[in-house]
Amino acid sequence: MKSATVRSSAAAAAAVPKAHVDVRPIMLLVALMVLGLLLVGSPSTWLTLTVAGLAMGFIIFIIASGLTLIFGLMDVLNFGHGVFIALGAFVATSVLGGMAGWTTSPSVLLNLLAVFSAMVVAMVVAGGVGWAFERVIVRPVYGLHLKQILITMGGMIVGEELIKVIWGPLQIPLPPPEALRGSFFIGDAAIEKFRLLAVAVGLLVFLVMMWVLSRTKVGLLVRAGVQDREMVEALGYRVRRLFVGVFVTGSALAGLGGVLWGLYQQSVTPQIGAQVNVLIFIVIIIGGLGSTGGCFIGALLVGVLANYTGFLAPKVALFSNIALMVAILLWRPQGLYPVTSR
Amino acid sequence: MNLLTLAGVHTHIGAYHILHGVDLEVPEGAVTVLLGRNGAGKTTTLRTVMGLWAASKGTVRFAGEAIERQPVPEIARRGIAYVPENMGIFSDLTVQENMLLAARGARHADQLDRARLQWIFDLFPALQKFWLYPAGKLSGGQKQMLSVARALCEPRRLILIDEPSKGLAPSIVNNLVQALRELKAQRTTILLVEQNFRMARLLGDHVAVMDHGRVVHTGTMAALAADAELQQRLLGLSMGLSTGLSMNAHA
Repeated sequence: MKSATVRSSAAAAAAVPKAHVDVRPIMLLVALMVLGLLLVGSPSTWLTLTVAGLAMGFIIFIIASGLTLIFGLMDVLNFGHGVFIALGAFVATSVLGGMAGWTTSPSVLLNLLAVFSAMVVAMVVAGGVGWAFERVIVRPVYGLHLKQILITMGGMIVGEELIKVIWGPLQIPLPPPEALRGSFFIGDAAIEKFRLLAVAVGLLVFLVMMWVLSRTKVGLLVRAGVQDREMVEALGYRVRRLFVGVFVTGSALAGLGGVLWGLYQQSVTPQIGAQVNVLIFIVIIIGGLGSTGGCFIGALLVGVLANYTGFLAPKVALFSNIALMVAILLWRPQGLYPVTSR
Repeated sequence: MNLLTLAGVHTHIGAYHILHGVDLEVPEGAVTVLLGRNGAGKTTTLRTVMGLWAASKGTVRFAGEAIERQPVPEIARRGIAYVPENMGIFSDLTVQENMLLAARGARHADQLDRARLQWIFDLFPALQKFWLYPAGKLSGGQKQMLSVARALCEPRRLILIDEPSKGLAPSIVNNLVQALRELKAQRTTILLVEQNFRMARLLGDHVAVMDHGRVVHTGTMAALAADAELQQRLLGLSMGLSTGLSMNAHA
């Protein structure tokens, strides 16, 4: 047995038909963009709207990706996720306010350093609060969905009130630093600089997350735990410990998303989390509960559609994401990329 | 020497009282087969040993230590592998990723014990062929092979296997029997739940028969196989040995 060698796995796989990759959800996104181009008419306006939609989608993905894994891994319905978004946004107001010298400097480097500092501090604070939230609020109600909904919503209300105690109840402006204000122009299309930053950060988070999930043992455990938590434990892994890590990471990502969302809106209110909560729940349902890939496509669909409808039919914009969710669930009741065991 | 001992084990699942004082001894280095009709408590016994359902009363001792209050991962880390009835494979993961998860000591596929892996490939050649294929796309028999192979990925002291032949074609069952016989030849301790009496007879050294949540008979498989009256009384079998039919077909 010891002297035997394993034949090349690639050679072994060569004899096997390729696994089918479901590209229809991606084609749906492409089709939506093409439809948007036809309805908007002007390519430059379409490009502006599309970049804005993708930026919005990437920010929503950053926020929602943690939530979908939290649900997938431990069946925890965390309606309090929004509080980490608000926390991240308010921490950003303090950090960027304290670094006014850097944010108003004409130096692009100092501007970016200020924004990245705000992101890092927001992630650390949101992650730390997330750790406490899991221990105090979520842990006592594992497996009890109704109580999870009630207590996590209660947690969010308490969190919002604490934010008001610290930062006050009023809206606080959160302007992007000098270098991120204004737009680039591609022909007649105006591309806001900050939105490009949001796309870049969102893409980076997505790539890092996909790398971790597909190339590391921890990622493998998360993906397996989402499918069959019990079997992962039977293989000798402590899923609860893994879940705490995912919860803290998800909270930190929500904090990061809060910074980007606050800069996107250029102001923050204590209710910002509750407002975004609706969107992120739509996204994780569209994507398939527990599915990171589905969450990514779902977030981009929601972002792009919201921008197209906001331009074409503002009265329909509020309703459009609900309509998208209904249409997708009629097509795929388990979401775009359902997790197999669910 | 007994590797696993259950004494007076009771298990409740919600309002249901499933095990009513199970006493069972699993000798080291042998295959013990747990027989009984559907609903007798066989699967519950395995899940209780694994900690997936907590024993409400009684003791479960593994290698001399009580494990009935231990969390599932701690029980697994003591060297107990579990092959569930539903196979428990991760459908969205490849065969390679499923195996990597089963090898706790390996962080990457190239850290898997190559010699051991080759031995597993020799037992189940399909797994090598479909190494990078999503496990959910495998046939039922291949999934069962993967499920058993995962339990063999690292040395284990005890393997709990729940109805490996269920729903499989006879030719696939034969492959599985061959693989388990090879394990048996290496003196691996196995506690096997099996409805297919032909397979049970081929593999078992010892037998325990369950009924209504209790062990009602223990002995050697050879003694049970030779006693048609005992089979009839315990299992409701009628010439099951010669026909190779399962208990379900006769009960």
